[in-house]
Amino acid sequence: MIHRRRFNPIRLAIQVVLVALGLVMVFPLFWLISTSLRPAPELLESPPQLLPQHWTLDNYASAFAAAPFGTWLLNSLIFATISTLFILLTSLVGGYILAKFKFPGNNFLFILILATAIVPFEIYMLPVFLEVQALSLINTLPGLILPYVILSYGIFFMRQNVIASVPDELLDAARIDGLSETGIMIRLVTRLLAPAISALAIFAYLQSWTAFIWPLLVLNDPNLFPVQLGLASFNSSVSVNYAVLSAGAVVAMAPTVVAFLVLRRRIIEGVTLTGFR
Amino acid sequence: MMASGTIGRGLHRVRSALPSVPPQRRRTYLFAYGFLAPIVALFAFLRIFPIIYTVILGFFNWSLVSPDHTFVGLDNFINLLSDPNFQTAFLNTTIIALGTTVISIALAFFVAAVVAYGGGKIGGLIEILFFLPVVTPLVPATLGWRSILDYQHGVLNAIFGIFGIPNQAWTTDPTLAIVSVIMISVWAQVGYNMIILLVGMRSIPRLYYEAAAVDGASTWRQFRHITFPLMVPILLFVTVITTIQAYNVFTQVFVLASDVQGAPGYLVPVLVYDIFQNGFRYFNFGYAAAEAVYLFLVVIVLMLLQFRLFNRPTD
Repeated sequence: MIHRRRFNPIRLAIQVVLVALGLVMVFPLFWLISTSLRPAPELLESPPQLLPQHWTLDNYASAFAAAPFGTWLLNSLIFATISTLFILLTSLVGGYILAKFKFPGNNFLFILILATAIVPFEIYMLPVFLEVQALSLINTLPGLILPYVILSYGIFFMRQNVIASVPDELLDAARIDGLSETGIMIRLVTRLLAPAISALAIFAYLQSWTAFIWPLLVLNDPNLFPVQLGLASFNSSVSVNYAVLSAGAVVAMAPTVVAFLVLRRRIIEGVTLTGFR
Repeated sequence: MMASGTIGRGLHRVRSALPSVPPQRRRTYLFAYGFLAPIVALFAFLRIFPIIYTVILGFFNWSLVSPDHTFVGLDNFINLLSDPNFQTAFLNTTIIALGTTVISIALAFFVAAVVAYGGGKIGGLIEILFFLPVVTPLVPATLGWRSILDYQHGVLNAIFGIFGIPNQAWTTDPTLAIVSVIMISVWAQVGYNMIILLVGMRSIPRLYYEAAAVDGASTWRQFRHITFPLMVPILLFVTVITTIQAYNVFTQVFVLASDVQGAPGYLVPVLVYDIFQNGFRYFNFGYAAAEAVYLFLVVIVLMLLQFRLFNRPTD
């Protein structure tokens, strides 16, 4: 809409409301950090104070002493890294082939992949559990990772990107130059798709870092828990107070929140590019 | 990588199907099938088969702990309809899904419109503040919310107290617990919706607005007759995505109901939680699968609705 460029009190008021709403949005994160930095007696203050009166890092020490947060973070790191690498590989190869090779069943496969992309995992998690059980992978890291090695939407997304940014002429030229099909895919196509690959990588990492219900179903050994499940189990153990719990919560959310603050432009562009959630 | 037997069979099939294809072509096909095969296998194993098998399981009395698997026809589906747990869960989930969708989209639309058309310098800041919850894992986020919603020491009741409103039992009162779940879900979703709507608004050519302004259309009329109609498809997309997501609400409910010092919050029964209970607490996989099929039907209806409305001739 076209606005006349003069002082507009309504517009200023709306902007103030917006910033206030924005602060409400980050308040739960601020509150966790603030709670994690205060000594236990200050938890009972009424009304609650925004900032600690006596700042302390003891709650973090207590959290790491009371529960294997280090192991949990490491498990999440392994889970997210392996899942992301697999999703990149399967999406890139699958998307490229579906986009550039005409073979019987291509279209059918594409529609099938697109249709399953929107079906939430919660709907078919029971048979996946039975499969993982049949493979004797319950309560193992491979069992945790297995359902996260492909992403229907990732294959769809890569196919669209190959169509948009990999011209046929370039592929043919590379073939005439004697490059093998595998060589073309690895050297040429990945290079042309760099922005799409990074958007997909960010999404895949976020997806497994925040995953909750599948780890809850498949794991019961606390030493294998990713950090979200570990935090939830820490929450239901009786001997922790809110300050220590908040310290654990900050540990569990810090990696994605910090990554977002560093890569914010990239991530927001990635979302607008992919529509991922 | 794949077993050589599969390559051999694939090669044979390609050769017999395409006898006249030049060698270069043939190698290309071999490459395509060879690399696609393992991906299709994973896709079938991890997506297609489980989706189909969910429906099949629904027709069985399938216990996780005993080998007894009897075909029971539609029994599970019929019994669910008169199961009070399922009824409550379905109703609660629907209320949460509708509440989350309507509020998060209305709020996202407002914020996106201000950022797109009147945000000035604060637009970038607003995007970041609203998007932070989207990248925050739900377990720590819900713990933060639970502390804010705490009856005695929570910030929300303290703020209410300033206005003389008595303390509310946000996590233990059945109705308020649903309100709390909606609050957390909206908080987690609104930033995503805003970003998607913002993309749509920014893609509307300025020329339209300039032409309307020349014709003397007010800001409101520009909004009503340009922005809104052009945003309908994107609004529809966001609505369907948000509703499907919200129907799968689980983590918030799970975390909100468990408390540190022995005083658990009220458990809001929702569909995925009930599926989880039936499957993994009572080991009744058939019953749980039938419940998942009902959830699947909701998703299918929403998808069809979107396709239907999308393909509607524009008026």
